[in-house]
Amino acid sequence: MIELRQLSKTFPTSEGSFDALKDVNLTISDGDIFGVVGMSGAGKSTLVRCINLLERPSSGQVLIDGQDMTALAPKQLRQMRRSIGMIFQQFNLLMQRTCLKNICFPMEIAGMDAAQARQKGMQLLEIVGLPDKAGAYPVQLSGGQKQRIAIARALASDPKVLLCDEATSALDPTTTRSILRLIQDINRRMGITVVIITHEMAVVEEICSHVAILDHGRVMETGTVEEVFQNPQTEAGRRLVYPDGVRLDQLSAANVVRIAFNGGSSYEPLIASLAIDCGVKVNILGADTRNVNGQAFGTMLLGLPQDGTEAAKALAYLRAQPDVTVEEVPDYHG
Amino acid sequence: MDKVLEQITDVLTNPRMHAEFLDGIWETVYATVAATAAACLLGLLLGILLVVGEKDGVRPLPAPVMKVLNFVINVLRSVPFLILMLMVLPLSKVLVGTRVGTIASIPPLIIAAAPFVARLVESTLREVDKGVLEAAQAMGCSPFQIVWKVILPESLPALIAAATTSFITILSYGAMAGAIGGGGLGKIAINYGYNKYNYGVMLVSVVLIVILVQLIQSIGTHLALRLDRRVRLAEKKGRLREIQKKERTARRRPGI
Repeated sequence: MIELRQLSKTFPTSEGSFDALKDVNLTISDGDIFGVVGMSGAGKSTLVRCINLLERPSSGQVLIDGQDMTALAPKQLRQMRRSIGMIFQQFNLLMQRTCLKNICFPMEIAGMDAAQARQKGMQLLEIVGLPDKAGAYPVQLSGGQKQRIAIARALASDPKVLLCDEATSALDPTTTRSILRLIQDINRRMGITVVIITHEMAVVEEICSHVAILDHGRVMETGTVEEVFQNPQTEAGRRLVYPDGVRLDQLSAANVVRIAFNGGSSYEPLIASLAIDCGVKVNILGADTRNVNGQAFGTMLLGLPQDGTEAAKALAYLRAQPDVTVEEVPDYHG
Repeated sequence: MDKVLEQITDVLTNPRMHAEFLDGIWETVYATVAATAAACLLGLLLGILLVVGEKDGVRPLPAPVMKVLNFVINVLRSVPFLILMLMVLPLSKVLVGTRVGTIASIPPLIIAAAPFVARLVESTLREVDKGVLEAAQAMGCSPFQIVWKVILPESLPALIAAATTSFITILSYGAMAGAIGGGGLGKIAINYGYNKYNYGVMLVSVVLIVILVQLIQSIGTHLALRLDRRVRLAEKKGRLREIQKKERTARRRPGI
């Protein structure tokens, strides 16, 4: 289990200091695939680098299985880091080493017998699906292949945790998907806890079980992906979940409701039947559907009529529907 | 012109001149190799310290230590070689027992070249991707392991290129040392060409020095290229030109 307690990180800059992280509290349970999303500059990378102390937090604690990372002596910290694998956006492979030797590197560092390391390296190459690349140098590989080698290298020290710092941001969508599948597979098969830093919501949707939304160094929302996606509570959350859903400032409507479809029901007939059954015309201000872990979720912003009774009628009708949550949006910027 | 041709013919036919040139080549090669080996070792150590010990380095050293180190290197780099050599000759007397000859020129060559090599090494090592260092740290590498297993192997091709540049620089320093008692081809060129107006001999010496430089340069460049895993085979030609260009600019500096 990874626990971040009151974590803050301040960087000195020429114009005073910059708070990259402010009082961050997070708990990541074993076996989770935990996504940390945010716009660029939200502090995501600093957050993940605080977990293995590549960045030393200004204050607060990083507890891994109850062990406070910030309290460790350099030697113990190095030992601890070996149980935390990490992959990067730019792969960061050793360019002068073959793929196999790259994978063997962490084992070499830990003082493992060379023949044994080699054998394990070959197994890992098998796991990431590149058994024929043992003797190839990184320059001969594509981006996706490089990331696979990096994943194999991260797994070489039998980590409990895998940190992914924008690991798919340099890859095309198809490759991204295949790398995510691999990460998911590793999480399921080996029970490794995964922390994924990303600015792409698609990555979170694809594989994460839990998500935290980071904005200006603060955790705005956290919970299961279903919870957060269905019903983002904060402005930052909505901005990420519906990046180009609604241009709020262009629309004007007084009674705005957000309806969420919790899987199962198809929503097209809902609006049609609302119009037919109640005779109420609603304005669709925005709609978005998403596929989260195999379940279909959708959300829609509806502008109800100005007339109070008609609006109430529509609201009652919507609330009566199964698998639909209705929420009024009082802070709608009309 | 005829006279020069005559002198050249003399060099090529006269056994005494043959012996003198063979000696000269040997002395130049031996002084250069010895000084390069020592200067590279010293320069490598200093260069590693400069990179590893800086504020954001792998193993930061106290700021005053770094300041002194940088200052000393800069001072040694700014003293013109001939003057430095004159200043260091008493040290040669202590170290190798003489102020004249090939052996006496080796300590000044080392002292003059080591700071130059240190700066070359420094800039070479800085080119190792910061991300790779970070990855190594994340894997639990100690500072020593990062230097020994990441920084040095990753920059090996560039270090070989730097060693080649150093060798050539030291060769030209060594030729200058001929003016104040050092041995080798430089001495022959100055003795005959400058003191006796025997331009033929000087010309032959210069040609021999040029051949030596070309030889070392080709060996160094090809070795660096062969060990470079960052480029694909097809791109190696372009890379070769790039390295050569870089080496030329590295050598073109004030003081030589």
